[in-house]
Amino acid sequence: MTIKKATSKISRRAFLKNSITVAGSVAATTSIARAAKSMTREKKEPLVTLLDISKCIGCEECVYACQEANADKYPEPQKPFPKMFPNRVPVQDWSDKRDVTDRLTPYNWLFIQHASATVNGEEIELTLPRRCMHCDNPPCVKLCPWGSAKQEENGLSRIDSNICLGGSKCKKACPWDIPERQTGVGLYLDLLPAFAGNGVMYKCDRCYNRLEKGEVPACIEVCPEDVQTIGPRSEILKKAHALAREMNGYIYGEHENGGTNTIYVSPVPFEQLNQSIEKGKGKPHLNKVKNMMADGTNLAKAMLIAPLAGVAAAFGKFYLSSKEDN
Amino acid sequence: MKTTGKLRGYIYAVTLFFITLSGFGQMPIFKRYYIADIPGLGWLAQFYVTHIIHYIAATVLIALVIYVLFDFIFNRSGLNTITGSGYFKIVIIAGLIVSGGLMVIKNLPNIYFGHTAIIVLDLVHLSLCMMLLCISLYTRIRKKRWVS
Repeated sequence: MTIKKATSKISRRAFLKNSITVAGSVAATTSIARAAKSMTREKKEPLVTLLDISKCIGCEECVYACQEANADKYPEPQKPFPKMFPNRVPVQDWSDKRDVTDRLTPYNWLFIQHASATVNGEEIELTLPRRCMHCDNPPCVKLCPWGSAKQEENGLSRIDSNICLGGSKCKKACPWDIPERQTGVGLYLDLLPAFAGNGVMYKCDRCYNRLEKGEVPACIEVCPEDVQTIGPRSEILKKAHALAREMNGYIYGEHENGGTNTIYVSPVPFEQLNQSIEKGKGKPHLNKVKNMMADGTNLAKAMLIAPLAGVAAAFGKFYLSSKEDN
Repeated sequence: MKTTGKLRGYIYAVTLFFITLSGFGQMPIFKRYYIADIPGLGWLAQFYVTHIIHYIAATVLIALVIYVLFDFIFNRSGLNTITGSGYFKIVIIAGLIVSGGLMVIKNLPNIYFGHTAIIVLDLVHLSLCMMLLCISLYTRIRKKRWVS
């Protein structure tokens, strides 16, 4: 299915194809060019990012690059905010705290999480860039009641700020509570601002507009330590496992929530990291996460039996009544 | 036979109740408006629970619709026995099943629907639901039957 960008008259695929031709001639050896080529050839294989956290020095270059690259997507709320009913509806305003970088906010879609761990009796400090995991089957997209979140064929999921009503269901459905809300912006202001909606939800969109141009996401491009790599899933998973073997390390994100398009490789177990990181609002955990959409998927399969059950019941009734008549 | 018809009616009523409630539960409104605070209704604010209940109710509804359809065919009742409001409800329920079925497919892993398609499906499904509720209320009040 062709996904069209609202502001563009050419299809994303055609755009990507053209971009690939240009990107390919300029940087045929870069991973993104290989990944993009693989996308047009195989169409289905999503792009996955690999984060080698043994390389991360916590310099926050990725954080600032993210803010710069996405500044034009950030909310500019109208104040004063409309009075919302009932009073329990919370106003969430980050517009005066745009420089916060130690957690996820509508103005900060990537932050550095600090962890300490003991390896061979030695205490070490580790830092991890944290953002949306871009799940294989993202609950934020699939359960959005309004269709404002979408997943693209290259595996990224994003929220359309022109359509989102800020109900925050995506945040509640997300196993990592990633999306963050800004009140006073978006479509709800034009509908019933007092009674429905509460702004717009924001999160990492993996620089979809840069990917469309054959460029890598800003956080990947700017990293001085090459912490992140992006490429087709099979290639990245192979790399992640090779890296984990090499450092005798551990992988996070491959199976969480049924699989994600963000793979972390760490020299220490993620359970240990999870104990040491600061968790809470805007600061996601590193727990094991079951596949949140699995029950729905299984029930969807069971749904196929429903018509057969209906036919069988009708036939049974017909058979019994025919028998009675005879 | 009458017992089967009554049972069918009860199953339809219970299914319609839960499928509508869990359907509206897909929107974040029950917590906001204190309904989920009522003892016993807390599940209405749990999105994975309402999602599953909606799927289960949809499965029962599909089975019931197919049962009624084949029962109708086996009984050779004839299309002229269906009332105007009955036809109207049949078309709406068929639309709900088709749009809902597409949304179930959309929710499967590795399925990518276009953004516009998702929005259209959401709106069509919600509109059909509202229409079914209105016509059901009307037929209930006016005591109109599916078949004459």
